[in-house]
Amino acid sequence: MSNQRVSESTIEPPLSSRDGKPRSGAFARFAALPGWARWSLAATIGILLLAIVQDLSGTESLTTTLSSQTALKWSMPVLIAGIGGLFSERSGVVNIGLEGMMVFGTWFAAWGAIDGTLWGPLDGSPWTGLMWATIAGALGGLLHAIATVHFGVDQIVSGVAINLLGPGLSRYLSERIFVNYQGGSQTQSPRVGGLGDFTMPFLAGGRIGDWKSPDLLGSIENSDAFFFSDAAGLLRGTMFELRYFTVLGLILTAVAAWVLWRTRFGLRLRTSGEAPSAGESLGVNIYTYRYAGVVISGALAGMAGGFIVLELAQLYRGGQTQGRGFIALAALIFGNWRAAGVLGGALLFSYPLGLSFGLDDEKTTRALLLVIALAMVLLALSKLSQQKRTDAMIAAAIGAGSFIWFLLSDEAPSWLPNTMPFAVVLIVLVFASENLRSPRALGIPYRRGGT
Amino acid sequence: MSSRVTSERRRQLLLSLGPPVAAAVLAIVVSAIVLVITGSNPFRTFATMLEFGTRLETIIQALNRATPLFLSGVAAAIGFRMNLFNIGVEGQYILASFAAAAIGAEIILPGPLHVGLIMLISMVVGALAAGLAGFLKVTRGVNEVISTIMLNAIYTGGIIAAVFPLVIDRDNNAANAGTKLINESGWLPDLNGVVEIFTRDIKGSRSLTGVLVAAIIVGVGYHVVVNRSRFGFDLRASGMNPFAARAGGVPPKRMIMIAMLASGAIAGLIGMPEILSNNHSYDQGFVQGLGFGGIAVALLGRLNAGGMAVAALLFGFLDSSAAILQVRQLASSSITSIMQATVLFAAVVAYQIAERIRQREEIRAAGEAIAAESSEPAKAPGSASV
Repeated sequence: MSNQRVSESTIEPPLSSRDGKPRSGAFARFAALPGWARWSLAATIGILLLAIVQDLSGTESLTTTLSSQTALKWSMPVLIAGIGGLFSERSGVVNIGLEGMMVFGTWFAAWGAIDGTLWGPLDGSPWTGLMWATIAGALGGLLHAIATVHFGVDQIVSGVAINLLGPGLSRYLSERIFVNYQGGSQTQSPRVGGLGDFTMPFLAGGRIGDWKSPDLLGSIENSDAFFFSDAAGLLRGTMFELRYFTVLGLILTAVAAWVLWRTRFGLRLRTSGEAPSAGESLGVNIYTYRYAGVVISGALAGMAGGFIVLELAQLYRGGQTQGRGFIALAALIFGNWRAAGVLGGALLFSYPLGLSFGLDDEKTTRALLLVIALAMVLLALSKLSQQKRTDAMIAAAIGAGSFIWFLLSDEAPSWLPNTMPFAVVLIVLVFASENLRSPRALGIPYRRGGT
Repeated sequence: MSSRVTSERRRQLLLSLGPPVAAAVLAIVVSAIVLVITGSNPFRTFATMLEFGTRLETIIQALNRATPLFLSGVAAAIGFRMNLFNIGVEGQYILASFAAAAIGAEIILPGPLHVGLIMLISMVVGALAAGLAGFLKVTRGVNEVISTIMLNAIYTGGIIAAVFPLVIDRDNNAANAGTKLINESGWLPDLNGVVEIFTRDIKGSRSLTGVLVAAIIVGVGYHVVVNRSRFGFDLRASGMNPFAARAGGVPPKRMIMIAMLASGAIAGLIGMPEILSNNHSYDQGFVQGLGFGGIAVALLGRLNAGGMAVAALLFGFLDSSAAILQVRQLASSSITSIMQATVLFAAVVAYQIAERIRQREEIRAAGEAIAAESSEPAKAPGSASV
């Protein structure tokens, strides 16, 4: 195929430090490690950090099964919608409308689970709700695609219109339809069920038939061994009462990464977002790939709305997306338009949020201040070894600030858990923004035959 | 020849008037379809909206609604002109209004000074709130879309939640308690007297907010600065082509800072109708969503002061006239959100189509002009290929 000449290296320039000098010191050695080693080293350092803080601050909720379980569960809407945004923005179309498409998804998930018909055997089950949410989101995506790809409308305008339409249409439909249901009202649907969960046998004590298998990680978690019980607790949270929908979201993330970076379809889609004229000259139909990207994006955003309804709230309620579509967009930018980055952003965002559902959440959030302080010290040292004095000073200042706050308070104020996720993402961006690079043709309408 | 000129002029008129008319028609058709599908009578619905919406009291209410929407539109438009997406107008105006209400209740000054000080506080706080995002962009390269989204949550969920218990009115035991009531010297007089010169008396304790005057001043100022000043030229140039502007001696970082500060300052005025005219305090039920509504107004008005005024009035009219639908049980008032979204969609698509037609005709006209000038049209360069 002719378009194979659009090689990986022309699309993704190799990352080097901004001043062109090769990176030196510990950071360079870390960056030179293979991917699996880097990830596991980072995870080890992270868990070690949490374990140390836990010992120092006298809380026990940082590394429990519950903390990683809730973090994973609450990250899903942001993750799935963020992966949706990835498809759209990699094809070159900004999708501010994720929020609106998510709202479509919430309404249709509830309606589909209660009243929807699609495929006989599943009718009346939450799965039908999930499918309707996906379809509704995809239709929202199609609307965005027609406006932006076909008519070349400003992509932000179209997205804003969808964000108006989503809540308006679903409120309208609720006032017309949910009012007539038992237990429904103008702003709310009757309760709907989730898709179910399972627990991993042997590792987390799941059941096989009637037999309860041993709970290996659980016993390590309860053994009070420094570091090991913390790691076991966090790991157990990813396999104890794991929602099927969460598994679906994680599989989708892996599939998205594979499709976008390892298949011909993905290469062409990314070409539409990087260099559409070049792609067209090689025979790629830019319109087709942008349509595909935006419709997939809508479908995933709708599915993310479905997750909120089916797994988190178990009913539709007006305004229940709480701006998660925008947060998904932030996770996408934060993750440098890469699938693993979106996952990282979604988890980073949900971990502090997940902690605030624990028992002694004020104490736990206070402990997070110490985590931030220690992380900032590490960051300052690494920046210092890279000769980045300003970065090191900012990191040291933030670290000192949160350490003083930690020392002066017994419990974190009640508003801190809600605010911390946003602050953490912002702090990370202050240091990481220079490494971010958006798709080159993002936001620029493309007309067949070049500009 | 003259007939050709008039037909050309008619064409131009059609191209500029066509899109908004087509958008309005399409919005009516789409909402009629939604109404029919859900079992309402579209003719009776629209007739009732029109009848109720043209009452003096409803028009006053529409103007009251349009005033903050317009200000919010201008705040967003200042950013858009510079190619900055200030999605955080929402958080900026809420924080600014909160600060203005809290501080305004603590002081007592002679009337105009008190009102002016409250507005000033609100504008300064709004400017600082937006300026932080600009500062992060300029110094650390943080994308303003993401930083303003994060700051929205930090301002409303963090700062306001932290300070609210300190300034809450302890004498008021209502469930919806807010900051202390601002002294009457800090209330802005309404414009009912001015309106009643031309019309009958306004009934039902409706009053036209005095902030409307501020909105008009802001609109005129925006128009003059953006279109008639050197700064406005620099702003638009940086938005269209930052590299060319930089080569022309426009410092991009300074422009970003100024644009964000100005956008935030105007955002600070959005909450003023509530603080100065309606509630005179900030409470838990403070009006929300005007920031996102303003983005729609800015885009529907194509970032022009006049266009945004029309868009804000349209949205205000739809919001206030639809209230009757619920009362008479004709349809859900949410139909207006659908109409607003459809208008926005249809308008931008129609403008885009008109733009393409115009471009094609310009190319054709240029080709014809070249062909007419040349003695041998067949050899005229360009005419064949166009």
